[in-house]
Amino acid sequence: MTEDKDKKDVKKTEKAVEKHGSPWVDNLLMPALAVFTGLVVGGIIVIISDDTAIEAWRHFFSAPGTALKASWDAVITAYSALFGGALGNPKTIIAGFQTYFSTGDTTALLKSIYPFTESLVLATPYIFAGLAVALGFRCGLFNIGAEGQFFMGALGSAYIGYSITGLPWFIHLPLALLGGAAAGAIWGAIPGYLKARFGAHEVVNTIMMNWIAFRLSDWLLTGPMKASGFRPVTPSVEATAELPRFFPDPLRFNWGFPLALLFAFLVYWFLFKTTLGFEIRAVGANPDAAKYSGMSVVRNFVLVMTLSGALAGLAGSAQVLGTDHWVGQGFSAGYGFDSIALALLGKSHPLGVVLAALLFGILRGGATNMQSVARIPIDLISVIQGMVIIFIAAPDIIRWLYRLRIGRTEQTVLTRGWGK
Amino acid sequence: MGTVLELHGITKSFPGVLANDHINLSLEEGEIHALLGENGAGKTTLMNILYGLYKPDEGEILIRGEKVDIHGPNDAIARGIGMVHQHFMLVPVMTVTENVMLGVEPTRNGIFLDKAKVAKHIREISEQYGLEVDPDSYIGELPVGIQQRVEIIKVLYREANILILDEPTAVLTPQEVEGLFKILQTLIEKGKSIIFITHKLKEVMAVADRITVLRAGRTVGTVSPKEVNPEKLAAMMVGREVNLVVRKKPAQPKEAALEIKDLYVRDERKNMVVNGISFEVRKGEVLGIAGVQGNGQTELVYALTGLLPLESGEIRLLGRPVYHTSPRTIIERGVAHVPEDRLKHGLVLSFPLHDNLVLCNYYLPPFAKGISLQQTVIINNAEKLIKQFDVRTPNVYVNASTLSGGNQQKLIVAREFSRPIKLLIASQPTRGLDVGSIEYIHNRIIEKRDEGTAVLVVSSELDEIIALSDRIAVIYRGQIMEIVDAAKTSKEYLGLLMAGIQPSEAAKAAAKTKKETEVERVF
Repeated sequence: MTEDKDKKDVKKTEKAVEKHGSPWVDNLLMPALAVFTGLVVGGIIVIISDDTAIEAWRHFFSAPGTALKASWDAVITAYSALFGGALGNPKTIIAGFQTYFSTGDTTALLKSIYPFTESLVLATPYIFAGLAVALGFRCGLFNIGAEGQFFMGALGSAYIGYSITGLPWFIHLPLALLGGAAAGAIWGAIPGYLKARFGAHEVVNTIMMNWIAFRLSDWLLTGPMKASGFRPVTPSVEATAELPRFFPDPLRFNWGFPLALLFAFLVYWFLFKTTLGFEIRAVGANPDAAKYSGMSVVRNFVLVMTLSGALAGLAGSAQVLGTDHWVGQGFSAGYGFDSIALALLGKSHPLGVVLAALLFGILRGGATNMQSVARIPIDLISVIQGMVIIFIAAPDIIRWLYRLRIGRTEQTVLTRGWGK
Repeated sequence: MGTVLELHGITKSFPGVLANDHINLSLEEGEIHALLGENGAGKTTLMNILYGLYKPDEGEILIRGEKVDIHGPNDAIARGIGMVHQHFMLVPVMTVTENVMLGVEPTRNGIFLDKAKVAKHIREISEQYGLEVDPDSYIGELPVGIQQRVEIIKVLYREANILILDEPTAVLTPQEVEGLFKILQTLIEKGKSIIFITHKLKEVMAVADRITVLRAGRTVGTVSPKEVNPEKLAAMMVGREVNLVVRKKPAQPKEAALEIKDLYVRDERKNMVVNGISFEVRKGEVLGIAGVQGNGQTELVYALTGLLPLESGEIRLLGRPVYHTSPRTIIERGVAHVPEDRLKHGLVLSFPLHDNLVLCNYYLPPFAKGISLQQTVIINNAEKLIKQFDVRTPNVYVNASTLSGGNQQKLIVAREFSRPIKLLIASQPTRGLDVGSIEYIHNRIIEKRDEGTAVLVVSSELDEIIALSDRIAVIYRGQIMEIVDAAKTSKEYLGLLMAGIQPSEAAKAAAKTKKETEVERVF
């Protein structure tokens, strides 16, 4: 009889596991469906804003085929322009390779892969900043300050990059990266310390730190760090501080991208394979239990905010040292803020963050082409990103849309209330 | 007398769980019908169906022979069903009157609240059913027993004939339980019918007219307390023979492992809740701390484990002082802590079992080399412990949230007991657990004692304290009333101390109650 009960208990637990959903569904299927649905909603907006399609819909009852075709055409034009602009044209790429192999001429090949490499260039700061926010989430901290930390990192790297001369690259480049990471780390550590010491909520403080960073950079760019000339920009960094590029101009693809992937792996190892990561995840999942088990909750808050700031700072470093080589006003295209969305989409997992960053890079990379070819405003990208985030934040919408009868796993706690 | 309520073949399934499987139950007019079962047996689901919170998949509900569909609590109330929840649904800053009228506020001229009318009605109800309470007092100032009366009045005010009481004794002292039982008797004499949900066997034997036992969502049977004894009921609940008494040898106490002198502790809201406590726990003995919940035991344990700072006084742990000592240092000195709230402190629910089992020592070899976690060692450790401590789970990779309450508690016990420990602090170690798990955990605690560990058990279940302890300290409002030898005391006496009666008076009163109880039994 006892054995019988044993079996029943085990079965119950197995069922509970089923009910709780497999991590596969939760971590891959749901984000994928969210992205797909976001694209569908984007498509509807394309149709609504397309005059031909709207005109065809007016005559829907007399000619339904025309309306549907016009809509379909509008969506296909927009999205093929978007993804063509982001990934390149497969035919041109193949032709480029053929030319290269037959004649050894790389011009056509480089031209054909330009769009794709450019998307990767755009994805690079996204990966770093996404990792920063994801690391915070894992510890139950909401680092809204990635944008400010990004600025500080960029300025820190730029300063070391242009002010020091005569160093060999293998000293200058790491130093410049370190400078950016340190500047970001300080910007993250301050709200971390304020939370640990005074219970000040990190959301408020990171927002405040953002504003300080923005205004500070305005001042630096018009004053102490301004290059000679009229524009409020820093001087270009020394060649020895640059992240080397793989291809000749205009291809900007550089070592920043592999470096980002390396950091994604490091963050994964740190979070899941080390005692420090174990503590961070325990504090994030249940701070009371963490304290009970002898972990210092406040120490982890400071540690994570510092590391998170350093990662966001590195996003800025990679952008300066690899892509732009100087910092100007309005230097970030909202990387820090987008990275919050991106960390959510990536379920705060380094691999998820990399995939989400690639997606965001592709969307941004193809946007310009979409605008010039299909005459769809770049803002559509923001709409799609926004929709994806809504679907990630409210997974029940996705469950309902696709009639998914799979239960949810526990929601990752992103942030907690005031105090403590 | 007739049947007021009948449930026929009630079935309710949740994804993956059959919570109620063709349950039958009939309630006669003027009877106390106990619904007995372990946690997870389906008692609460069944009552929620009756109260209209869930819709059954199958089966029918008959009230006075008429088939009804209950669509929600309001519907249930309209049909004369009232529920007294385990956790009171009262607003502490409002008066009794205001709480009773909440949701059914009568008005004068359609605008002004008519509190006087409600207060008058409450007085009538109080008088009629012997539920003494002052309608103008504030809930927050009333003791728990009286708050429960307000809950009952609330139900009677809404003119319920069928009262459902969900675990009503969980928060009461033994004396308050006696009071409640008297009230229940009055209620049935006045023609009310009561469903009494519990997992405590002794209460059922004392108060019920009939007992329906549920196990794993099925009705095991309906019996009269005259035909059964607690052992048989336990067997019906669990499905096997259960040893209700903890068998233990006399303690062999050695030197003190924990000494507390004149300890004062403030809670998180800065109220002084531990007011000058002194005692010691020796190796090889179990000291039980008895007391109604909320008398400072929680904060006492927090102070001992480093979760709250001391205000003043002295704690010596294995001869060394504890003062602003971190939880980690205390753990490393050899203290194990089974926390009162297993979900808050004991487990990280979203972590797999193997990680929960190293929550306190993940950073030590062999579980870590430097900062690198040794996954294989951690998993092997978990495999070993779940076997050794009989945690029922398909594997060690599932999250702790998927386990039942009893298995979650065993998981904590496995973690805390598997370390080399010198002092064990167990707070409410079996709260909410079924009889089978209670038996298991009690035996493990005694085993630790016999190995020479000092054990401090804190529990609001007097039976548990009596079963486990060698000495019993009764705590009331943050002070120790008396420390007594467990072998030479009575439940009545302890109950009076728990209610704050001074030892000298308590001794007299206990002797008297004992006689009265005997008389009642004869009668």
